[in-house]
Amino acid sequence: MKDIKHVNNPYNDDKVIDACSIFGAMDASGKRFSGDGVIRAIVNMHDRGNGLGGGFAIYGLYPDYADLYALHVMYLSPEGKQETEALLKANFNIIEKEEVPTRQTPMIANPPLVWRYFLEVDHRKPEQESEDDYVVDRVMTINTGLRDSFVFSSGKDMAVFKGVGYPEEIADYFCLEQYEGYLWTAHGRFPTNTPGWWGGAHPFCILDWTVVHNGEISSYGINQRYLGQFGYHCTMQTDTEVVAYAVDLLMRKHNLPIEIVAKILAPPFWSDIERMSPEEQKLMLTLRQVYASLLLNGPFTVIIAHHGEMIGLTDRIRLRPLTVGEKGSMLYLSSEESAIRLICPELDKTWIPVGGEPVVGTLRAPTQPQPVAAGEKV
Amino acid sequence: MKTYLTPKFLVQRDPERCIQCQVCVNQCTFDTHYYDVEDDEVRSHDENCIGCLRCVLFCPTRALTIRQNHLDYRDNYNWRPEVIEDIVKQAETGGVLLTGMGNDKGQRIYWDHLVLNASQVTNPSIDPLREPMELTTYLGRKPDRIELDSESSTLKTELAPQVSLEVPVMFAAMSYGAVSLNVHESLARAATEMGTLWNTGEGGLHSKLYKYGNNTIVQVASGRFGVHAEYLDVARVIEIKIGQGAKPGIGGHLPGEKVSSEVSLTRMIPQGTDALSPAPQHDIYSIEDLAQLIYALKEATNYSKPISVKIAAVHNSAAIASGMVRAGADIIVLDGLRGSTGAAPKIIRDNVGIPIEMALASVDSRLRQEGIRNQASVVVSGGIRNSGDVAKAIALGADAVYIGTAALIALGCHVCQQCHTGKCAWGICTTDLRLTKRVNPDIGARRLTNLLRGWSIELKDILGGLGVNALESLRGNRLHLRGVGLTDTELDILGVRMAGS
Repeated sequence: MKDIKHVNNPYNDDKVIDACSIFGAMDASGKRFSGDGVIRAIVNMHDRGNGLGGGFAIYGLYPDYADLYALHVMYLSPEGKQETEALLKANFNIIEKEEVPTRQTPMIANPPLVWRYFLEVDHRKPEQESEDDYVVDRVMTINTGLRDSFVFSSGKDMAVFKGVGYPEEIADYFCLEQYEGYLWTAHGRFPTNTPGWWGGAHPFCILDWTVVHNGEISSYGINQRYLGQFGYHCTMQTDTEVVAYAVDLLMRKHNLPIEIVAKILAPPFWSDIERMSPEEQKLMLTLRQVYASLLLNGPFTVIIAHHGEMIGLTDRIRLRPLTVGEKGSMLYLSSEESAIRLICPELDKTWIPVGGEPVVGTLRAPTQPQPVAAGEKV
Repeated sequence: MKTYLTPKFLVQRDPERCIQCQVCVNQCTFDTHYYDVEDDEVRSHDENCIGCLRCVLFCPTRALTIRQNHLDYRDNYNWRPEVIEDIVKQAETGGVLLTGMGNDKGQRIYWDHLVLNASQVTNPSIDPLREPMELTTYLGRKPDRIELDSESSTLKTELAPQVSLEVPVMFAAMSYGAVSLNVHESLARAATEMGTLWNTGEGGLHSKLYKYGNNTIVQVASGRFGVHAEYLDVARVIEIKIGQGAKPGIGGHLPGEKVSSEVSLTRMIPQGTDALSPAPQHDIYSIEDLAQLIYALKEATNYSKPISVKIAAVHNSAAIASGMVRAGADIIVLDGLRGSTGAAPKIIRDNVGIPIEMALASVDSRLRQEGIRNQASVVVSGGIRNSGDVAKAIALGADAVYIGTAALIALGCHVCQQCHTGKCAWGICTTDLRLTKRVNPDIGARRLTNLLRGWSIELKDILGGLGVNALESLRGNRLHLRGVGLTDTELDILGVRMAGS
């Protein structure tokens, strides 16, 4: 088995440490839009990254293949491509495949080969396994078992474009101007202990779940040990991976809604719980007791997305920034307000959410929760 | 028979300072000081002195100094003075050497080889004076997941009984009879004030202390002393004692001299009779028997309180702990090599069991490998000295710790290791009413409360420095530990990386 951690975390630190700019835009009406604004916004936060990672996730990207799993795979060698394609052929119906269009740019050095495959899960899948679990298993096999191959994204009607470089360089390289989607997230990275590896850039993706993340989770050690009990192995040793797996466990496997998940990842303080109504108190107490090891502690802001939903969340004392903007059916989440104002100067509403309070944008649904009055509780 | 032993200590009395007030005579319980009426002078029998330092602390003119009296044997690494003197003692008495307190030998103390982390630049440390910092800990069985009602989104999961601790430090089991009622009262009141728990030990609970039941762990041990319905009912947690770190595999013996009328009432045995705790619990010869006792106690208390099981840390602790969790224990307690005692055979105390750090690391890892770590809380004890040890224990995977010796030191104990004599000059490990009044529960509770308060402030500082604001983010988070001066095997068992790596 190959060990991604030696690529992503070459000095074998406890984990990969990085800081970042993050941005998300979603049209709750479902209307698809080009990434032009998103790219300008993330470029505006250029100084928050150091050129060692940039990336984008786009939802509603492949309407013509909306029912097929779109795998974006990175190859570092022709042999890797051969091995992976053999695996894909043996496990899926490959409906369509092509190299992801790129253009030569001066700033991108030694890019890997990136291909995309539109796959159908067929009768080869064991009956008792869900399609999603089947795909996850294969993705894990490629990422941890096959040489020189790494799956950037594996959801339907969405994809992740990422690499080593500033986000604007990555956008240029992957010709993102030609794509449209109803939800975009973007990331500019400032890693401190990795030379930068294309697979290690954000967004991090499993199925249609993506995470862009700014922060350093000081509880990483216990979070990953806890997730290990449920079969999740943090092969890349990044905080982002912990967030993605935690969300997958809680939402997909434990069937918990995002509002509850947010209260697990960034729970209210005991002193706040004491002041709640008896019913709410019992729920929060139980959450903290049962999921204590999933509390994400230390500074973080994440934008988590999957089809139809974009969620912004900070740690419970908001040690990393997050600003929300709304304009009509558009919802923006950003590390800095200036990035939102740049592409949408006249916002209907803008606010900084309270630490630990999730901001949830849903297709054709209003944003929750509403902003609190200034000075009420920060 | 002439003894070949020399006094362990020499009493030096400064004649310039001594005013013949006889405070030392009255304070000493080992008959070291005496008053010579004819000469009108206080003198000493050095050979009786055990180094408790009571007289030094109480001498109003600071006239006394106690010095160790090392006999200068020829250097020999194997035949050290202690080894020689133990042989002499046995040659003169023909018995088992008894001792009190915990193992005082030089086995590696791993706490001293572990260091904690702190945040610099890439994440901020948090100032506990300005930000909330949470130490609250819940002990008890937790499910793998919760379930919500799909329609109303209300909670469907009912948790097993949980106990909250405001500071993850509890007072370890010390039985009434071994220690005095005043000590019990001091512990109970301090635990109540600080929102933590104290443990009765195996000698029952004096009815005067029932009112502190909500902060009390009651023990059910092999002697079943003082176990009755009300005892179980008033408690917050019931602990089955299988073993003790100071004397794994060994029972207990409270000499009849210590079984006063009050002790007799509480323990439910005749006054003046020896209280013998068998080595095993005679209804537990196997793991399934433990399950029966656990469920008997759960049935008896209507599933209203967690059941804890305490074992001494021994070679197979990880496998044993896994069995205990599967047998229904809600809390498992590991008592390590340095665990203390009121009385133990010296040879057992110093040679049986394993260091608590190793036991804790392997038990926590094993329970996680088996996916059952959430089904029981893990508590460790045996030699925890300060909040640094507490933080390291929690980072290795403990939910909370017990302190015994540290609590007694707060009450005045000077670790002279004479607990087994019943003559404790500090009035702690004795039931002699003349001595027990030396511990005033008002002052005792205050000293213990102060200790826990100090430690909890220090723990908050440690957490804040790590960049987390809740204890659960340190619990089992071994990435916040590094080893110094340890071998690869030691690091591997501890699950900790070497400093600098």
